Amino acid sequence: MASWPILSFATFLPLVGVALILLFCRGNSPDVLRNVRYISLWTTLVTFVLTLLVWANFDPRNPGYQMVEKAGWIPEFGINYHMGVDGISVLFVVLSGFLMPLCILASWESVQVRVKEYMMAFLALETLMIGMFCALDFVLFYMFFEGVLIPMFLIIGVWGGPRRVYAAFKFFLYTLLGSVLMLLAILAMYFVAGTTDIPTITATQFPRNMQLWLWLAFFASFAVKVPMWPVHTWLPDAHVEAPTAGSVILAGVLLKMGGYGFLRFNIPILPEATEYFAPLIYTLSVVAVIYTSLVALAQEDMKKLIAYSSVAHMGFVTIGMFALNQQGIEGSIFQMLSHGIVSGALFLCVGVVYDRLHTREIARYGGLVKNMPKYAVIFLFMTMASVGLPGTAGFVGEFLVLLGVFRDNTWVAALAATGMVLGAAYALWLYRRIVYGKLVKPDVKAMFDITPREIAVFLPLVAVVLWMGVYPSSFLNVTSASVEQLIQTYQTKLAASHAASGVSVAAR
Amino acid sequence: MTAVFPDIWPALPEIFLALSGVALLMLGVFRGDGFTRPVSYLAIVCMLLAAVLAMGYGSGRIVTFNGMFVMDAFGVFMKVLVLVSAAFAVILSLGFNEREQMARFEFPVLMVFATLGMLMMISANDFISLYVGLETQSLALYVIAAFRRDSAKSSEAGLKYFVLGSLSSGMLLYGASLVYGFAGTTSFDKVAALFAGGAHVSPGLVIGLVFVMAGLAFKVSAAPFHMWTPDVYEGAPTPVTAFFAAAPKVAAIALLTRVVIEPFGHLADQWHQVLVAAAVLSMVIGSFVAIMQTNIKRLMAYSSIGHVGYALVGLTTGTQDGVRGVLIYMALYIAMNIGAFAVILSMKAKGQMLEEIKDFAGLSKTNPMLAATMAIFMFSMAGIPPMAGFFGKLYVFLAAVAAQEYTLAVIGVLTSVVGAFYYLRIIKIMYFDEPAVVVDKVDDDGMTGVLVVTSLFTLLFFVAPAPILNGAAAAAAALFAG
Repeated sequence: MASWPILSFATFLPLVGVALILLFCRGNSPDVLRNVRYISLWTTLVTFVLTLLVWANFDPRNPGYQMVEKAGWIPEFGINYHMGVDGISVLFVVLSGFLMPLCILASWESVQVRVKEYMMAFLALETLMIGMFCALDFVLFYMFFEGVLIPMFLIIGVWGGPRRVYAAFKFFLYTLLGSVLMLLAILAMYFVAGTTDIPTITATQFPRNMQLWLWLAFFASFAVKVPMWPVHTWLPDAHVEAPTAGSVILAGVLLKMGGYGFLRFNIPILPEATEYFAPLIYTLSVVAVIYTSLVALAQEDMKKLIAYSSVAHMGFVTIGMFALNQQGIEGSIFQMLSHGIVSGALFLCVGVVYDRLHTREIARYGGLVKNMPKYAVIFLFMTMASVGLPGTAGFVGEFLVLLGVFRDNTWVAALAATGMVLGAAYALWLYRRIVYGKLVKPDVKAMFDITPREIAVFLPLVAVVLWMGVYPSSFLNVTSASVEQLIQTYQTKLAASHAASGVSVAAR
Repeated sequence: MTAVFPDIWPALPEIFLALSGVALLMLGVFRGDGFTRPVSYLAIVCMLLAAVLAMGYGSGRIVTFNGMFVMDAFGVFMKVLVLVSAAFAVILSLGFNEREQMARFEFPVLMVFATLGMLMMISANDFISLYVGLETQSLALYVIAAFRRDSAKSSEAGLKYFVLGSLSSGMLLYGASLVYGFAGTTSFDKVAALFAGGAHVSPGLVIGLVFVMAGLAFKVSAAPFHMWTPDVYEGAPTPVTAFFAAAPKVAAIALLTRVVIEPFGHLADQWHQVLVAAAVLSMVIGSFVAIMQTNIKRLMAYSSIGHVGYALVGLTTGTQDGVRGVLIYMALYIAMNIGAFAVILSMKAKGQMLEEIKDFAGLSKTNPMLAATMAIFMFSMAGIPPMAGFFGKLYVFLAAVAAQEYTLAVIGVLTSVVGAFYYLRIIKIMYFDEPAVVVDKVDDDGMTGVLVVTSLFTLLFFVAPAPILNGAAAAAAALFAG
């Protein structure tokens, strides 16, 4: 148990980087910009080390919240600054810390305008993301959750592609619309429980009717964030227009906020509603898995294809979660982590060729294996991980999810499995069109293989994908105790309310 | 009844401000327009001193001047808000008035008198004193709206404000006379006592109540009595607009709050639906109509209509939580509003004021700090955490949810998403578009100070929100204790 507030340090350290840039980096000379980049890189690296320390300090046998910090914030209103991680959130903290230095590295050369603001936006984003996964108070959580919109809006809008304005607005307003409804649900919970403390609210039993409404309000927010079909349409736009690093964070961490929200709030706090609405989630997720996979097959734009594949993969996540058994939930957490890394890596792969040719149109490429062999290997590896090849991270997650859901509902499992086949189809076909074929186009011929800096970005990703695929226990061990407790909470509360309604029926 | 010298202690801020207003007027008359700056500085000092005097009042409820005047923690909170925002508005006017050749000493003096009227409104405990306070305020405001007499727009704004303002005052007066006719008293306390005893509520009295509320709705520019707002905001000189959007609004909201909670607290069934309608209409009009605006001052007008709608959401509940929400909302609203107007006042190219939204294009490149400041205010007005505006909405909606006004709360959050669209549009224009004009540097120290103070307050409010939240809670409690 750390005696110093390690979570707060990890959360707010990136802001120190922002302050450093604001205070010491004046002007726009190349030297200053180099300093800006290095400050950002070092800040994110140190933050990453801190998140690793969080992981090292984490006791996997303890299912409760650890490294808890609590301080009065607005004590008169029962609102506290309350931070802590459990098995469900700790790995997301590490994931955020892990992806951020890679994003900074990936933007090293591709971002040349307004470098300072770019780096500050990313650092602020990191604070908000880590804080969101650590927050144990609803108001605090909501602040981080919504605050993410501000830097992301600017990142898409300022450094994005041609339709960036449309994409930025769509992203912002879609997510805002979902989250304001969640805010009302939070307020309603506060009204019943008298506090915004998440552990206390988790222990509170809400009446069934209220649960249904609250569940829908949370669903509005998280379903947009995940995103689930049919509210996923902001994602392809945002992904396509965002700069590479923005897409990485969007796919890698921001989508996970939705999944995390379902796990943290919908399932333990509103078990009856969860039971009631699970078929809805199943239906929407299965539609997402199959439909968006088919849509992905039809895409002409590389980033759009990967964006649709994200929707499909996140469909697996929600299916696994609402199977509500150990394998399903652990699988969905694992799938989120692996998708965070794999899809992030795929966006980086796109970024590599985009930086050289400045187009994302699949048909403009072809035959890259000849002049970019190293790139072809990495891209192939990540494609395989995305497809779910055994030995890579993608396999473990999808396998566990299917295992879990098979125990709950065979049909859903069968339909979801077809998604895996379709996933292989679009991913491999994308790879075929870009990397194989004849190298005929002159500008494609002129492309050079990946640079050492790019290799430095990809190597950690490859290593982690392999590690997760070969030895998943090091991750699953962390989550299992908390997931077990989550399921227990869910079932106890459900049994209690069923018993209560049984009694009332009997009394009649 | 023997003539007793009234307890003047609770009215100390008003008395001080009245005397200093007269003194400043004398100073101006004898020293001429060249003395405008010192008069302005002194006006600021006097307003802040009055705020200190108000804070020194402490707590407890004292009714004086034969029941005409009341002072309590609610009054303290609102008066401090009004005085501070008025002081800020005077600072904003300094540079502008000199540039636009309208730097005359009457300007700060009129603002002092308007502020005096607002303090009277906040402390009114009788329909007579309510009206006197309101008119003291309004007459001064009519004049400063038309202060740039050579400008047709400014004169038109002043005239429009005057005509419609008189109409609303008339409605209010008519309503007050109906209330007097049916209740037999103009004193808030006696009206309250009447209905606390469960007296029969006659239709005439309800009509009177509705008229009073319509008059007040006009003053806070709540829909459907908002029509004057965009025109007056656009036409009036910008520092005047900044002043209009802050201090008088706070005072009018305070007055409305006191009227519905104190004398008519037991008639909640009667006024509840009126306020709900006004709140919903204001939020909808404030968010949808703002989308089409091209002039930043008109946009701010619609934005202020929307904000009043949110504040009214808190008031509709008629609960202590609701009033607390209103107070928090107003406190945070004036900070970001004054800040936003400070940005607008800093927007000039080659000495010419820029008022079109498109003039903000690319501001983040030509003047990054100004753009960042404006972005803070816009995100705050949209209610995005961690900015201050979020907390305002949070406590208003909290009250609405607690009072089970779910429909109202849902409409509120949905319109806030629509509102977010046009606030984001400004950010989009500043950050995503290419610069069209080169905006001058901010060369006014007072302006820079206001920008720094308000933007830091808005940005960092979340770090230590407790003082304002607790102050508002105490103020709301005082209103319900009385």
